[in-house]
Amino acid sequence: MSRVSVPCHVKGTVALQVGDVRTSQGRPGVLVIDVTFPSVAPFELQEITFKNYYTAFLTIRVRQHTSTHTPAKWVTCLRDYCLMPDPHSEEGAQEYVSLFKHQMLCDMARVLELRLILRQPSPLWLSFTVEELQIYQQGPKSPSMTFPKWLSHPVPCEQSAPLLEGLPEPSRVSSEVQQMWALTEMIRASHASTRIGRFDVDGCYDLNLLSYT
Amino acid sequence: MLQEESDLSLIIAQIVQKLKGSNLYAQLERQAWASLQRPEIKLESLKEDIKEFFKISGWEKKLQNAVYSELSVFPLPSHPAAPPEHLKEPLVYMRKAQGSWEKRILKSLNSMCTELSIPLARKRPVGEQKELLNKWNEMGTDEPDLSLFRPVYAPKDFLEVLINLRNPNYENGDSLSFRTHLGLIQVPLKVKDIPELKEFFVELGLTTGQLGIDDSTQVPPELFENEHVRIGQKVLAEQDSAAAQQYIRQGSPTALRAELWALILNISSQPEDILYYEQLKTNVIQHDLLVDSLIYKDVKLTASNDDYYFVFEDYLYQVLLCFSRDTSVLGHFAYSSASPPKSYIRGKLGLEEYAVFYPPNGVIPFHGFSMYVAPLCFLYHEPSKLYQIFREMYVRFFFRLHSISSHPSGIVSLCLLFETLLQTYLPQLFYHLREIGAQPLRISFKWMVRAFSGYLATDQLLLLWDRILGYNSLEILAG
Repeated sequence: MSRVSVPCHVKGTVALQVGDVRTSQGRPGVLVIDVTFPSVAPFELQEITFKNYYTAFLTIRVRQHTSTHTPAKWVTCLRDYCLMPDPHSEEGAQEYVSLFKHQMLCDMARVLELRLILRQPSPLWLSFTVEELQIYQQGPKSPSMTFPKWLSHPVPCEQSAPLLEGLPEPSRVSSEVQQMWALTEMIRASHASTRIGRFDVDGCYDLNLLSYT
Repeated sequence: MLQEESDLSLIIAQIVQKLKGSNLYAQLERQAWASLQRPEIKLESLKEDIKEFFKISGWEKKLQNAVYSELSVFPLPSHPAAPPEHLKEPLVYMRKAQGSWEKRILKSLNSMCTELSIPLARKRPVGEQKELLNKWNEMGTDEPDLSLFRPVYAPKDFLEVLINLRNPNYENGDSLSFRTHLGLIQVPLKVKDIPELKEFFVELGLTTGQLGIDDSTQVPPELFENEHVRIGQKVLAEQDSAAAQQYIRQGSPTALRAELWALILNISSQPEDILYYEQLKTNVIQHDLLVDSLIYKDVKLTASNDDYYFVFEDYLYQVLLCFSRDTSVLGHFAYSSASPPKSYIRGKLGLEEYAVFYPPNGVIPFHGFSMYVAPLCFLYHEPSKLYQIFREMYVRFFFRLHSISSHPSGIVSLCLLFETLLQTYLPQLFYHLREIGAQPLRISFKWMVRAFSGYLATDQLLLLWDRILGYNSLEILAG
């Protein structure tokens, strides 16, 4: 299935913290990132891709376009998705993640805005975020072809002429030939990728120093 | 479900692509052509009949073993947006640390080159080539002057680098918290704890029989040993890699070990493999590398002085010199955090057509490297098979012991696992050693880096390496 990237505007992260940010001791454990789509009409979301950076849990809320004149509400479409199985250790900390439409709790047609809520309960990390955020929508479907009528509804053939003695049945022969043709096509299409074991350049391997780049 | 199906088809496509270039593919093709002569293969059901023939004649098993081997070695295909460096090592600061460590090694090698005025590589004159060919089987008798050479690095230098490894996003402050690392490694990698280890190594439990313990003279052989040997012979008759790997977790009988290891690593000595080894030998004779002197020095310093391994000195030269000419080893850099050093042909600096890897296999040996090969000499006497086994062991396991990576079998995780286990099981010993200034990792690091080769008696060492193969992981070294 093809997908098309949707240009989005990622607003700066907002930390949610109880009390004054400057005076309190601990670091914020919850961050909110808003993603808007200023130049695009409400679309159907197919996939979200990003690179994790020490975020443990992810919640996504979406605001959809409604046809009536009621104000659009925020709905949670992904709740506490675990990115790091152990928030205190490095597992999953810098992985690339894809989230698809079928993993979401609600329908993702006509998306207006997204809100990503990042949680990192462990006090060991200095910061956490998600990077390289990309949103994709459904790509254009392949153009449907209309077959001519005679191809999709073949005319039933008349009774075939009686076979000559000793010759095999034509339909069996044609199916065997078809199979063999398919095998030869497969062999022709495949090509081996063998390695060449030479390490020198035209027989010459005179080296001076190693290069640092 | 959709995701899993597409992942599976991606894995299948990747394995098929890899196997297409291999020897096995050509052999299967030849067998298929030859089988057309057989009476039971009919034209109309060609595909099914040939498949049936493969199943009966044992070729399907060989294919199964090859696929299993690919699955064990190569990591699963990752996310499409992930760049290749991510597959080598997902954590950015570890990549950086590995890069700067490699730069240090390159600088050291370059300075050795300029100090001694020896080129990195040169073509041997014909007379020297003839002489080396004559002496091939007894290179140990040679006594070149190696006093000016020194190993590029030793395990203790590497340990210093690992101790200074820090995650920039981690709270590395002085205040003690619930996660302060009391040992030397300060990186919060995920290591298995005791319950997880118990589950992972379930076949090593007290209630399961083990070779090395339950075959000692006091224990009657009917209890465990006879049955175990019988099962081993059956596994070998079936030629099934996966079954062999499961079997060897309880240890391998000495008589069956060589064949079992070859089965698990999917090594079979075909004429093409012997030819490949001879080709490498020719490469050794034609070109002389600085790395050769490093290998000579290392063997003389370590294996030749060891009571068990000094007899194998000639074998070690034959294997290690060929190993450094083998470009197929470059394939493992796709999933290792290390990168091979580059160089340019003399006079053509900067021109990409003249860029080559040095040494041809990309691996610079360090002090103690030859000890990886030495125990294998007890099992295999034919140089080309010994070579193949060592190469496969290196690209599957040993490369992780001297590169910085976050892999669970990587040396950093092994060190952390060791320290965590020691703190949990023997806290008084750990505290005491720390108080007297001897951090336990400093003592055990060199054991782990060499996979205990040279520090354990050979029969015990081979039993340990049985488990490494059986569990496809190096975590047992830390345990």
